[in-house]
Amino acid sequence: MPAVRGDGMRGLAVFISDIRNCKSKEAEIKRINKELANIRSKFKGDKTLDGYQKKKYVCKLLFIFLLGHDIDFGHMEAVNLLSSNKYSEKQIGYLFISVLVNTNSDLIKLINQSIKNDLQSRNSIHVNLAMQCIANIGSRDMAEAFGYDIPKLLVSGDTMDVVKQSAALCFLRLLRTNPDVIPIDSNGASEWTSRIVHLLNDQHLGVVTAAVSLIDALVKRNPKEYKACVSFAVSRLSRIVTASYTDLQDYTYYFVPAPWLSVKLLRLLQNYSTPEDAGVRVRLNECLEAILNKAQDAPKSKKVQHSNAKNAVLFEAISLIIHNDSEPNLLVRACNQLGQFLSNRETNLRYLALESMCLLANSEFSHEAVKKHQEVVILSMKMEKDVSVRQQAVDLLYAMCDKSNSEEIVQEMLNYLETADYSIREEMVLKVAILAEKYATDYTWYVDVILNLIRIAGDYVSEEVWYRVIQIVINRDDVQGYAAKTVFEALQAPACHENMVKVGGYILGEFGNLIAGDTRSAPNVQFQLLHSKYHLCSPMTRALLLSTYVKFINLFPEVKTTIQEILKQDSNLRSADAELQQRASEYLQLSKIVSTDVLATVLEEMPSFPERESSILAVLKKKKPGRVPETETLENHSPQPSPISHQNNHVNNHTNSNSNSADLLGLSTPVASTTHTSNANVLVDVLGDLYGGGGSTGSNSLSASQNNYNPKKFICKNNGVLFESELIQVGVKCEFKRNLGRLGLFYGNKTTIPLQNFATVLSSPHLWVTKLAIQIKPIEPVLEAGAQIQQLAIIECVEEYADTPVINVSFVYNGVPQNVSVKLPVTLNKFFEPTEMNSESFFARWKNLGSNHDPQKSQKIFKASQPMDQVSTRTKLSGFGMQLLDGIDPNPDNFVCAGIVHTKTQQIGCLLRLEPNKQAQMYRLTVRSSKEPVSIEICDLLADQF
Amino acid sequence: MMHFMLLFSRQGKLRLQKWYVAHPDKVKKKITRELITTILARKPKMCSFLEWKELKVVYKRYASLYFCCAIEQNDNELLTLEIIHRYVELLDKYFGSVCELDIIFNFEKAYFILDELLLGGEIQETSKKNVLKAISAQDLLQEEEAVEGALKEIGLL
Repeated sequence: MPAVRGDGMRGLAVFISDIRNCKSKEAEIKRINKELANIRSKFKGDKTLDGYQKKKYVCKLLFIFLLGHDIDFGHMEAVNLLSSNKYSEKQIGYLFISVLVNTNSDLIKLINQSIKNDLQSRNSIHVNLAMQCIANIGSRDMAEAFGYDIPKLLVSGDTMDVVKQSAALCFLRLLRTNPDVIPIDSNGASEWTSRIVHLLNDQHLGVVTAAVSLIDALVKRNPKEYKACVSFAVSRLSRIVTASYTDLQDYTYYFVPAPWLSVKLLRLLQNYSTPEDAGVRVRLNECLEAILNKAQDAPKSKKVQHSNAKNAVLFEAISLIIHNDSEPNLLVRACNQLGQFLSNRETNLRYLALESMCLLANSEFSHEAVKKHQEVVILSMKMEKDVSVRQQAVDLLYAMCDKSNSEEIVQEMLNYLETADYSIREEMVLKVAILAEKYATDYTWYVDVILNLIRIAGDYVSEEVWYRVIQIVINRDDVQGYAAKTVFEALQAPACHENMVKVGGYILGEFGNLIAGDTRSAPNVQFQLLHSKYHLCSPMTRALLLSTYVKFINLFPEVKTTIQEILKQDSNLRSADAELQQRASEYLQLSKIVSTDVLATVLEEMPSFPERESSILAVLKKKKPGRVPETETLENHSPQPSPISHQNNHVNNHTNSNSNSADLLGLSTPVASTTHTSNANVLVDVLGDLYGGGGSTGSNSLSASQNNYNPKKFICKNNGVLFESELIQVGVKCEFKRNLGRLGLFYGNKTTIPLQNFATVLSSPHLWVTKLAIQIKPIEPVLEAGAQIQQLAIIECVEEYADTPVINVSFVYNGVPQNVSVKLPVTLNKFFEPTEMNSESFFARWKNLGSNHDPQKSQKIFKASQPMDQVSTRTKLSGFGMQLLDGIDPNPDNFVCAGIVHTKTQQIGCLLRLEPNKQAQMYRLTVRSSKEPVSIEICDLLADQF
Repeated sequence: MMHFMLLFSRQGKLRLQKWYVAHPDKVKKKITRELITTILARKPKMCSFLEWKELKVVYKRYASLYFCCAIEQNDNELLTLEIIHRYVELLDKYFGSVCELDIIFNFEKAYFILDELLLGGEIQETSKKNVLKAISAQDLLQEEEAVEGALKEIGLL
């Protein structure tokens, strides 16, 4: 048993020895229980314990707790110790409380009283003990109780240096707990600002070091108010950088002058952009240059502590250079310095150099300089012994990739993927997929890369990746034949990954005809090849293959009977899997009943996908928030963005079956297919993503504009970005069926810190009670940095209504409460069901309904706000939810539509006629329905759309 | 800002834990277990930094003890290694070539020293001399109290 220092407690030492001598876990528990019983009886006993005994027992409890056992008593005795007049007892009391008392304990009041007394002590050791306790617990109660005393201690002239140091950090802790702890006026100014900033000039380096941490936090809350700190920080830094290592005495660490303070100052300056004042700017650049110069000096010591401290300052200086991104000369020098580190023998340095270089690669000034190190980085990816270093190398390759080196980098990453660690494969796959797409000039290359990915690392190819290759192939007709040929070849491998079967199945189903001319890939060969994989696949893949088969029936009549036989097999038609069973029977019926014309229409080629950010990029962003540059945009690929969501609705109408047939062509998984409705296109859902809405661009700060959502935009569409600011993005995806609607609201945190107290609430719910039944599911109160969460809302239309409900989104960002009002895209027209109707019955009803209308109210004549283009008007009208009826109106330029609004109690038939007048650039819109308010609302909603 | 510091042995036994961010005990235990397993599995030449959730973990082994700190993305990894080193130096100076047993038997002292070095997860005093001065001032107070107590006991005070 080693010697016990200070005022040692023998009983404690004996107890610890006993525990250490226990041969088994059981023996240890037995010994502990014995001790707990002993202490409990001592605490409960009649004999009053003296301070020493209390201290000893409290300390034993603490030790037991630290061994990992629960302690549910002794707190009161610890609190008693706080008011002991013996320092050693007080100190143990505080330690116990710091370790064991949680922030909402009911003992806090008693504790706070003791702290208050100690803060007023004349002995600085007592004062510091009390402040350490505040800093360790840092509860809201404490912030309230001491939020005034602590900063006062900090700025008061007669406070001792050691106390100032503690006070600065103690105050910082309270500020983190409760940002309102520092009193500010309406301009965010505080009486203490100037005195706190002046702490940067304090004589005592310990005080400055502690104060910089505090100031950094204050600056983050209110950069303007503390702007004066920039010049103070620069001159302080300059004095340190130019100091010789003997000047700063004890604040020199292994020959490096004040490394902690230097790093903190450099960090502080990263809260601002390059100083505006020319003098300050020059001085700062001199400091940064001096730090870069010192890196080239011979080391003053061989100790790793010396090199760590020196390089810590260097890396922080490089961070600042990258942050300011304004001095090309410094950026290039930084890059060269990091380049040297890439072959340093210290793993830590190589790791950090790769990490910093990632940031340099994103600066236009140093991107080229980084590229010079490509070979070394590729070697790092292949040769480093530590996977975390290899990971950094992969990140850097991704960041340095551009048009000039993409083929090489992608090839190297593919080569490496064959042997890469499992832990980084998935992310590598995403990165390769993104790079291949982003820099593809030749899409055959892109297709090759993705198929290689599936071949090499099929298990790590997520849905997003293979969805994306299909999106791109469908949108680019120049690559479709090549894709079909390549997947066909890939499928010939004796063992191929299921993801390959999926991609192959989908692509051959769409474009198999393009290679069917070659006898080696004749229809029957294609079919047999796919079907040879069928029995090895999961139900989801089989479902997809069944869709491929029915497309084959359309493309290649010669295989129709073979496929019908397959569909009839018990394993399909009577499959235990409901989805397979349903597809088999529906496809079989479809192939038997309908004419080839209808079949051809139903199984028409997939329309182009709307242009959208790659869903893969969204996944990567989610995985690595903050590591994927926000500015990253993918270049345009597909020929024309075309609205998909309603082009496909004809599938429903023709097959005229229940809503489940909507996924006839869908990629939908069995799970997804249970949720879609006749009004929503499954493909959009499955392949869609939040970023895909493509609606709103640009971002407004919350204060500038509370709401940049244009509600009109969502009248004819269901998905997109509802609101976007610098802090958050709110996206929506919704589906409606009859009088029911389901909204997925997506909240994305665009910042690098979590958003707290996140909550959403319906505004003025009383207005909606009788109109809409709205259920908004609860949501997590914390939205992590870079993360996205989904909230579900179920809406039922009870009665017809006007306008649209609004939700209030509130959260706390960096201590500041924020509020956003977002209109939900739930307008009355969402509850439309399209209705087919012939000319005769349309006009009969039209006349009929006309009698109960005041023609002034449900008719609008308005000027066209957009070019009068027939195609886009048709798209909008079908997006509006009604059935567009052709060949009804004698004037072919006019549009007529019919639909039924479903409410819980009623179905309201509704007819519409839109008459464009091209000469006058005007439209006349007339709506008739069985209820006049409905006509008026529908007319209002649609009027501004053209 | 540092989120926590853990000291554990090569056998995976936790010797000291200091949390600068509040978590329920259950979460603390889970984090501790996870990190001890991860770090003990790493080879000696590997880099001392890990990305771990949204934090960075910096660790270093001294004899049989591992020192492990979790810091935020903005914090400096290399200097965190030196915070660990400074702490080791302080323990060493205080105990006179410190070993794992010193920390086990005098865990409260280890805490007191740490509280002088770091406060609220930020570095408070980097000067070795000043930290030791603060600790010996505490010890002096204790000794005076002890002497005072002894004198009282024999009736001299």
